[in-house]
Amino acid sequence: MSDESTDDAQRAAGESTDDAQRAAGESTDSTQRTGDESHDETVAPRARADHRREGLEGPTPGERPVPRGKRNSQGIRIDPEVEAEREPRRAVISVLVAHEPGVLSEVSSLFSRRQFNIESLTVGATNDPERARITVVVEEPDPGIDQVEKQLRKLVPVISVRELDPDAVRRELAIIKVDAADPSEVAAVADMYDARTVDASRETVTVEVTGSRQKIEGAIDTLGQFGVREITRTGTAAQARGTDSTAGTPPAETTGQTEAAAAATDGGEPADAAGASDDGEPKDATVDDATTEQA
Amino acid sequence: MVGVSERAQAAAESEAEPATETDAESATTDASETAADETTDARTPVTTGAQSVVRSLENAGVEHCFGVQGGAIMPVYDAVFDSELNHYMMAHEQAAAHAADAYGIVAGRPGVCLATSGPGATNLVTGIADANMDSDPMVALTGQVPTEFVGNDAFQETDTTGVTAPITKDNTFAASSDRVGDDVGEAFALAATGRPGPTLVDLPKDVTQGDTDREPGPATPPDTYHVQERAPADAVQDAARTIEDSNEPVLLFGGGVIKGDATEAAREFAKEYEIPVVTTMPALGSFPEDHELSLEMGGMHGTGYANMALTHTDCLIAVGCRFDDRLTGGIETFAPDAEVVHIDIDPAEISKNVEADHPLVGDAGTVLTQLDAAMDEQPSATKWRATCKQWQSEYPMDYAAPRDEPLKPQFVVEAYDAATSDDAIVTTGVGQHQMWAAQYWTYTEPRTWVSSHGLGTMGYGLPAAIGARIAADAEGKEDAAVIAFEGDGSFLMTMQELAVAVRENLDVTVAVLNNEYIGMVRQWQDAFFDGRHSASDYGWCPDFAKLAEAFGAKGIAVEEYDEVADAVQESVEYDGPAVVDFRVDPAENVYPMVPSGGDNGQFALAEDQL
Repeated sequence: MSDESTDDAQRAAGESTDDAQRAAGESTDSTQRTGDESHDETVAPRARADHRREGLEGPTPGERPVPRGKRNSQGIRIDPEVEAEREPRRAVISVLVAHEPGVLSEVSSLFSRRQFNIESLTVGATNDPERARITVVVEEPDPGIDQVEKQLRKLVPVISVRELDPDAVRRELAIIKVDAADPSEVAAVADMYDARTVDASRETVTVEVTGSRQKIEGAIDTLGQFGVREITRTGTAAQARGTDSTAGTPPAETTGQTEAAAAATDGGEPADAAGASDDGEPKDATVDDATTEQA
Repeated sequence: MVGVSERAQAAAESEAEPATETDAESATTDASETAADETTDARTPVTTGAQSVVRSLENAGVEHCFGVQGGAIMPVYDAVFDSELNHYMMAHEQAAAHAADAYGIVAGRPGVCLATSGPGATNLVTGIADANMDSDPMVALTGQVPTEFVGNDAFQETDTTGVTAPITKDNTFAASSDRVGDDVGEAFALAATGRPGPTLVDLPKDVTQGDTDREPGPATPPDTYHVQERAPADAVQDAARTIEDSNEPVLLFGGGVIKGDATEAAREFAKEYEIPVVTTMPALGSFPEDHELSLEMGGMHGTGYANMALTHTDCLIAVGCRFDDRLTGGIETFAPDAEVVHIDIDPAEISKNVEADHPLVGDAGTVLTQLDAAMDEQPSATKWRATCKQWQSEYPMDYAAPRDEPLKPQFVVEAYDAATSDDAIVTTGVGQHQMWAAQYWTYTEPRTWVSSHGLGTMGYGLPAAIGARIAADAEGKEDAAVIAFEGDGSFLMTMQELAVAVRENLDVTVAVLNNEYIGMVRQWQDAFFDGRHSASDYGWCPDFAKLAEAFGAKGIAVEEYDEVADAVQESVEYDGPAVVDFRVDPAENVYPMVPSGGDNGQFALAEDQL
């Protein structure tokens, strides 16, 4: 049976088919064919003759050699005996973008469509009216944080992307409205957190607290004893310390280089392209570092 | 990628020196040279935004575009009327996008499609998403309601930039008549530079109708866009050592090899270091499948030997691929013993799905040249090559085709392959027929395989054949046949485009592998849903041959093996669109098969192995 099939397949390689004869009497009416197969539920879905060969030949899965190794769900080779997944961590990513319509929605839709876990996102103007800064706090395992940065860099209006060091200045702000049953007690607690009273009424006291996330959560927790009515919080705004630049190195003039590089590739002149990518191009330069580190 | 900016620059320079021609342009047809001369010499000054849009396209070297008219895009079409652009009026905007996409694949520079606002733009969406998934260069221009009506739910208003943001490389809402030409130039440059992709410019009617005398500048990407062409030298050295020290290396070519015009460099690398080659589906044609190092396509319906090699390799050199789940199967069992060298121009593809031990960000051809220079010797892989050869004989792709059973679809694919030359172009819809076209056609040349890979868009085949035909003609390949393999279900989705093929007398052949099922779904239902054929059984299909005749195309119906050769010959030789309705075995399945998320090494050769 299999010999015959092999012969047939070889004939199928485009040679004459004159010698090929279909068995007389077999129905070729397609309507009837499909009718036979699918409308009678008592029959097996594909009523094929027993002698028909299904599929292709070769050793079955059980007869094949099996590799030793394994990857985890993040595509990283692991020792199958040992543990697998990397734990998520929290990262503060500062993104400098062109100040133009639609940028914020581009960035936020990137996070939702790629299922990045985002804790907060703030956006605001910078000293350059043509640029805005977005600060994002994400919680992902390391490969995920790399992906967040790389995907952000791919957005055309994004100028630079950088994960800030753990010692960067990070501030959040919260406005907390509590019951005013005991205003002096509220003021005393607020004072412990350097919070300011910004509004008061017969029934409520509203305080404003700024600081690290931990401090704000502490303040909320402690003020909770007075009965919290409403809380409004910002996300994290963060900046690198000292002479370290939050945005990384400001981008050099690179448009010409891109062209030169493209032209060089086109003409197969790698020497020119080398010069083109030696300096500048902060988007990719940082990527290089990141990827090399990973290796 | 081909430097669009270079092209545009040449166009700009030629204003001073009309005779100047770049190499790239001299390769195009006579028609384009005429166009270039006319546009450079006695070009009427731009007076409106719409004229500036069209001028920008001309500057970028665009000769052909595809689209459908409508209210908000009318000013642009009015400017097209006076230009040298050949516009193909499609029956449906989705087809305009697919045709532009296919044009981009075959010609290697962005295809252009136009549509009006609202439904015109939303009809483009499928085609844009398709181009985005497959990184095909394409520029979409959409009409929009006048700026003052935007946000008021005006007639035929859709937030087009909002809708297409996640499925474009970049998009722009044109804000002024003075800038709109530059917006289009930027979109064109972005679509073609670095990792290609679709871009879109939304054109409010007041912007295109508005006055401007500003000539658009050359097509250059925005200055926030950067492309890294070369990989760092030390990373290349490390990768070269790893490859030399490996004993079981595999080269995995992805679509980036073809899109980056790196086919020559990639082939030379494989042959010089004698490393077996597996291709992804978009990379069919990047390496000749009749070469002894070729293991053909890997992945879900890849060959058994390709998947064995992927599973057992100790060094996987991936070039321009994104490790799609249809290639990797379950990530835990993908090339689990392999050190991975990953060459890609998009840094975000590095370690996205599979961790790269040696990430080499850069242009495929450039990095392969770097890698070649860094290599001192071949890896010692004689035994490995013998193992791959053995797998090739253990898992042959020879399907059973007894003549007393209904016609096998694979047989039809092989018959067309035999009847056409190596530069024939294959387009497909999506489903079983697409897999058979991938498996049983022997691809030897780049840009001859045009399909919907990432998005899996049924109905892609015919509109793609139209775009491919026009691109092939523009590239001087008038003699190359264009064969669209379609399924019955897939063909029913876009067959209205036969009207375009007939009107323009395009020489394309549609081979419908008709099994009266949504066949791939039927196959999965048999394997995973107890054979319950919910909404996959057409039971009845129109008479495609007669339908073709009604359109004015040639129509042929085939049921028997001995009719195949004549029908193939007749349809290929026919000068114009021909449709052949092959009534194939409805029970035939696609094998090998790795079930979704499964282990590549455990591919099934028959249903009982699933």
